[in-house]
Amino acid sequence: MTTYETVIGLEVHAQLSTRSKMFCGCPTTFGARPNTQTCPVCLGMPGVLPVVNRRAVEFGIRTALAFGCRVNDACRFARKHYYYPDMPKNYQISQYEEPLAENGSLEIDIEGGARAIGIQRLHLEEDVGKLLHEGPLETAQASLVDFNRSGVALMETVSRPELSSPEEAAAYLRAFRTVLIFLGVCDGNMEEGSLRCDANISLRPRGSGTLGTKVEIKNLNSFRNVQRALEFEEQRQALALDAGERIVQETRLWDADRGYTRSMRSKEFAHDYRYFPEPDLVPLQIDRRWVEEIRAALPELPRAWRQRAVAQYGLPPYDAEVLTQSRALVDYYEAALREWGPGPGARSERPKTLSNWIMSELLRVLPGDDERAIGTSPISPGHLVGLLRLIENATISGKIAKDVFQKMFVSGEDARTIVERDGLTQVADEGALVQVIESVMAANPKAIEDYRRGKKEAKGALVGQVMKATRGKANPALVNRLLEDKLSQT
Amino acid sequence: MHQPIHELTDAYRRGDLTPTAVAEDYLARIGALDGKVGAYLTVVREQALAAAHESELRWRAGTPRGPLDGAPVALKDVLCTAGVRTTAGSKMLERFVPPYDATTVERLQAAGAVILGKTNMDEFAMGSSTEHSAFHPTRNPWDLARVQGGSSGGSAAAVAGGLAAGSYGSDTGGSIRQPAAFCGVVGMKPTYGRVSRYGLIALASSLDQIGPFAQDVTDTALLLTAVAGYDRRDATSIEAPVPDYAAELSKGVAGLTLGLPDEYFIDGMDPDVERAVRQAIEVLKGLGARIERVSLPTTQHSLAAYYVILPAEASSNLARYDGVKYGLRVAGRDLIEMQSKTRAAGFGAEVKRRIMLGTYALSAGYYDAYYGKAQSVRTLVRREFAAAFARVDLIVAPTTPNVAFKHGEKEDPLSMYLNDVFTIPGNLSGIPGVSVPCGFNAGGLPIGLQVLGRPLDEARVLRAAYAYEQATTWRSRRPDLS
Repeated sequence: MTTYETVIGLEVHAQLSTRSKMFCGCPTTFGARPNTQTCPVCLGMPGVLPVVNRRAVEFGIRTALAFGCRVNDACRFARKHYYYPDMPKNYQISQYEEPLAENGSLEIDIEGGARAIGIQRLHLEEDVGKLLHEGPLETAQASLVDFNRSGVALMETVSRPELSSPEEAAAYLRAFRTVLIFLGVCDGNMEEGSLRCDANISLRPRGSGTLGTKVEIKNLNSFRNVQRALEFEEQRQALALDAGERIVQETRLWDADRGYTRSMRSKEFAHDYRYFPEPDLVPLQIDRRWVEEIRAALPELPRAWRQRAVAQYGLPPYDAEVLTQSRALVDYYEAALREWGPGPGARSERPKTLSNWIMSELLRVLPGDDERAIGTSPISPGHLVGLLRLIENATISGKIAKDVFQKMFVSGEDARTIVERDGLTQVADEGALVQVIESVMAANPKAIEDYRRGKKEAKGALVGQVMKATRGKANPALVNRLLEDKLSQT
Repeated sequence: MHQPIHELTDAYRRGDLTPTAVAEDYLARIGALDGKVGAYLTVVREQALAAAHESELRWRAGTPRGPLDGAPVALKDVLCTAGVRTTAGSKMLERFVPPYDATTVERLQAAGAVILGKTNMDEFAMGSSTEHSAFHPTRNPWDLARVQGGSSGGSAAAVAGGLAAGSYGSDTGGSIRQPAAFCGVVGMKPTYGRVSRYGLIALASSLDQIGPFAQDVTDTALLLTAVAGYDRRDATSIEAPVPDYAAELSKGVAGLTLGLPDEYFIDGMDPDVERAVRQAIEVLKGLGARIERVSLPTTQHSLAAYYVILPAEASSNLARYDGVKYGLRVAGRDLIEMQSKTRAAGFGAEVKRRIMLGTYALSAGYYDAYYGKAQSVRTLVRREFAAAFARVDLIVAPTTPNVAFKHGEKEDPLSMYLNDVFTIPGNLSGIPGVSVPCGFNAGGLPIGLQVLGRPLDEARVLRAAYAYEQATTWRSRRPDLS
């Protein structure tokens, strides 16, 4: 059996978060009633003309710069023709020979280190509408078109065929999504179709210098599907090659429910898109000063932040990865850390304590895991730090703190207010604790006997009893010390 | 009342005429005579009278909106009018009512013009005789057996026949200038980008330009001024100030150098046309213009390049008519059949011919040989004009090689295409051009003199046309429709 090398390239379509569409002023809100966000332009009515959305161009340039692409001095739109009822003009305004930007790369972190994956080109285009079928497609008696999405600004980014496994493809897509979210150019919401992915995959005998015949897979709309579909296709092609078959150049559709790819059209039936320069738009001249302004305003990118968080804050790489799932989360983390201060010593516990609380408490209770959720958190970075300070100065225990956190989440109050009102301050009054300990000891003679016979873990049970009697408010360290004193007496 | 707009508005000012009386008179003439001419596809009687009434109130109050207030005009049915069906001369859009106005229409309404209706045209502006209208032919008011040209034939015939005081058309390869020449009226194609194309149903986007038809050059200037200028809804419209074209008309041609292109006097052209044009040039010389021969050798390839670029763009622009969203829909068992049947039934033969030509020209493997090559020719044409305009101020030439031909005379598409041989280079290069009447042939049919100028130099083009017009009396002759 031959061993194969897998070669994958990804084309990612990202909906830009511009308020209006690519070539008209219609709003882009997701989920509006069908055909309420349309105008003659995005409905492709006779005689109407497109006008380029400057903001979309800015977002394209911002992304291009983040990937280190060359932003071309001039770019041009082109018409791409094919008949489909969700595309009102039966051509899509896209870019062909003269894209907005070319030649960049995206660094991905994979097992064994980092790799830069080449980005061939980045261009702007318009989205199409959506078809709604009456029942399943195969048996539908009618289909309706919703043109709300028609004309929404899309950015297509084509990677070079440099990904060598389905895992790498998924890693690329994850890294890509995070960069876009950090740049604020796309919300990255894959369920709503803000980010869509097509993949080209081919196999070749290991060590071969030439590329094998590629197959394009469409409809990859989650990280999991990208990986599953490519794994399936990798195996399908390997089996075919082993059997001496030739791979047919074709487009295949990923069926996520059934877990396989199926042929959509072969090369012979491939569309001839009859591209030609869009005569309704003049070539876009990109002002270098504008590009430099955009470059100067680029935010810190997720990978750079992760590296800094590991080196400067001492965060484990895993925590840094989780926090960079969204720009808002990083902003939240940074705001909280600023509020709290770096903490004593070179290896302060604060950065890690903070990420623990965000990851295990905050993200658990927030609905979803996207940009919007953290923005609506009822616990502000300042409030979270307020809570952590109470633990740090031993006002409350970590266990009580979790209850306080829940109350804060519900009421939006700060930690101190809740702790004081509910009387949750740790009992640190030795006299009061000694009384509790004595009554616990009186009630548990067996445990004391066990302890004195050398069964040291019996002490834990007694500590638990004391904590229970104080409803968790006792300072555990103090309880331990007082209990040991008592047990060593007599 | 059948007089130029500037005379009508003078009469409004004096109180001798009212916009309502004039509108009523035009509507009555349309009712009585348009059965013969067939200039209109749709007449908007009530709207016209309402607009005329408002104009009348403004004139009475001494607050007219300008020189077009109360002017009864007609629009080629390729300009979208909100609430009024806009057919582009096609079955495909027979019942299409746009929810929006073309920028030109908005500007005319803002200027107080009274829109009488929508005029007949070759389907989707493809043709030179208006015989390709899906609805009915239009007849030349000078000789009802003959065509009045096209594709803006209805707009030209309306002005020539006294069925509108002025009108608008679109010119992709001569579709304003050629019918103006055939009808003995003035017709102008401005610089590409001078008038917004927003709301103009596209034929070939890189060639289409809206322009006016008028009874004289003064009206042409007024009608152009009203609609010219940058529009943010048209990315190809030019951001340059619009001069008051009428104010510059009387500057004369003394001291101007006029280029006479060798390639515009060809074998097979009507000798009466050549004679009339050469006489016109003598008139201009007599007015103080200097005449210089220029050479535009790529002219001979213009037609070939045009008939690649135009169908290519048209095949793309017309792809949207598929029965899914608006316009005609012929039911089918499935989507593909519905779309095929709709397009088979909705488009006429000439439209189908050009869609096929254009689809072919843009196909993979043929693009460079056809579309790419045609664009190279276009660049050459543009350069040749630029080189010529470095030496001369204007170029004068015949508008067409022949006078109006008979209905059905040019059944072979190629002989029809040849009619535009002198007007197409102006579209390929984007320069402005006007056709002004310069006499009649032996049979009494009008002949047009074409004046071409540098990009955005409409003022000088109109100035020369005006000087010529004022030195001659051709415009006093009118066709008799009674």
